[in-house]
Amino acid sequence: MKLPDALTLSFRTVVSYRLRALLILLAMALGVAAVVALTALGDGARRFVVNQFASLGTNLIIVLPGRAETSGGFPGALVGETPRDLTIEDADSLSTLRGVKRYAPLNVGTSEISVGGRLREVTLLGSTADLIPIRHMNLSQGRFTAGNGPNQAEIILGTALARELFPAGNAMGQRVRLGDRRFRVAGIFASQGESMGFNTDEIAMIPIDHAQSLLNTRSLFRILVEAQSRSLIEPVKESIRRTLTLRHEGEEDVTVITQDAVLVTFDRIFLALTFAVSGIAAISLAVAGILVMNVMLVAVSQRTAEIGLLKALGATKQDIKRLFLMETLWLALAGAAVGIALGYAGSLGLRLAYPQLPAYPPAWASLAAIATAFVTGIVASLLPASRAARLNPVLALSRR
Amino acid sequence: MITLTGISRIFTMGEQEVRALKHIDLNIDAGEYLSVMGPSGSGKSTLLNIVGLLDQPTDGTYRLENRDVTALSETEQAKVRRERIGFIFQAFHLVPRLTAAENIELPLILEGLTPAERQARVKAALQQTDLVDRAHHRPAELSGGQRQRVAIARATILNPGVILADEPTGNLDHKTGAEVVALLEKLHHQGTTVIVVTHDRELGSRAHRRIQMRDGEIIEDTK
Repeated sequence: MKLPDALTLSFRTVVSYRLRALLILLAMALGVAAVVALTALGDGARRFVVNQFASLGTNLIIVLPGRAETSGGFPGALVGETPRDLTIEDADSLSTLRGVKRYAPLNVGTSEISVGGRLREVTLLGSTADLIPIRHMNLSQGRFTAGNGPNQAEIILGTALARELFPAGNAMGQRVRLGDRRFRVAGIFASQGESMGFNTDEIAMIPIDHAQSLLNTRSLFRILVEAQSRSLIEPVKESIRRTLTLRHEGEEDVTVITQDAVLVTFDRIFLALTFAVSGIAAISLAVAGILVMNVMLVAVSQRTAEIGLLKALGATKQDIKRLFLMETLWLALAGAAVGIALGYAGSLGLRLAYPQLPAYPPAWASLAAIATAFVTGIVASLLPASRAARLNPVLALSRR
Repeated sequence: MITLTGISRIFTMGEQEVRALKHIDLNIDAGEYLSVMGPSGSGKSTLLNIVGLLDQPTDGTYRLENRDVTALSETEQAKVRRERIGFIFQAFHLVPRLTAAENIELPLILEGLTPAERQARVKAALQQTDLVDRAHHRPAELSGGQRQRVAIARATILNPGVILADEPTGNLDHKTGAEVVALLEKLHHQGTTVIVVTHDRELGSRAHRRIQMRDGEIIEDTK
């Protein structure tokens, strides 16, 4: 028997048992759809997190005060020592390092902000002008000019904050009060929405020196450093660590992390999560496979006389095996096609329900789902097909 | 054409051994028209199955067209069945999903012929069996006689040397049965060896050579 004929014959068999075909197809399709949609969900979550990190800036190195100890409890607490402050001077000392494109010291705090009678709490960033390009932020109006030295009392407002404080929309150049100081509104952030817990629409930014005296601290929250290129991230990280250790009298009491490292870690975690979720979905495919095997076994016993006839007409064992294998493969193929359509529809539904989640099924997931459906089909047909091929034609034909 | 030498077939049913055929020697020439009769359990169907290569003898040799077919592999036997032997059953055994023409086409598909060749042969077979206007009907839409004619067309489509018919008229009324017999006899006149297994004395006596079986043995062989 030739392959196209076997395909046609088995296709006609599948079509003629309509209800049976639909039920198997449904089981296969649900399995495939579950793999596709859940992989889309996992991968979407991964991309969401990666995007969040990417929005922090590129080639970013972050310096934190204090040493992250991975073992041994709190050495500082034991010897009665606290981590040394991370100061503006520390930040400035990084400016001359090779490979540093720009850097920005950062303080974060909350303060009350008031204009006329209006008063509210605000998250306050204290930094220099370089923070804006490092963090990929944009101003819709005005300019932030703060440098390392003594600065003018300027403030940049988030769009929502500006609208609230100046409903008339004339924020630029106006004065606002933070604690006991007055600041001139020098700019407005462009609306960017949420990113890593910061909503730039709701914050205010002032020069670092003003922030430190307003928040009454000498210690920085972070130093953000942007390396000139991706390949320089590691060397720069190392020289930052060395420089700060030297400045802190040989004590390595800062933690330097790279955004890359964090990103790679999260990427890995979410990839593993995606695999785990799609693995669980694959179980439903396996269940579908068992169902297919069951139905095909029933088909073999239903069509005993027909198999006997085919043998009498001169079909070889291989011919009969092939017919049953292909019958299953047609079902698997149709199931995979419908399942992928359902999976994509489900992913679309996810994206509509959670617009910030880029839940696109990755290409490998669709391929894996199709492959799994096929392998499932083949494996599920092995037992029924060989049972059919082994049927004794005399007994098969004599049964009414 | 067909030479059976010392053929025995023993079925084992639990502890019991049933000797369905006891040392059968039989020689059938090409073009013979032969009937096998006998009571139920006499071994006539078993004999037919062995001649048709659907069953293997426990003992003895079977030569078909000067070839020892008992020694062939399963795949080779399937090829012999396909090309040299045509079966006709009491229960017709048509595939219910396929039309008359498609049922007739089955052996050609198994043989691996191209669609164009198949078309031509099926058309000729439909004409021979007077089924042209029934070609695209499914078995359920055909009468018993028409079904058996489809089965005969299918059995003969590859011009086999021998036709094995097991109670070919058993499920048919007298008139349609006669049509089927006429068709079988037409095949005999065209030179095909025809072997008919039947209970029906009238049908059996039409054959030129009549074999009587009882308890797995040939008790009478008249020409």
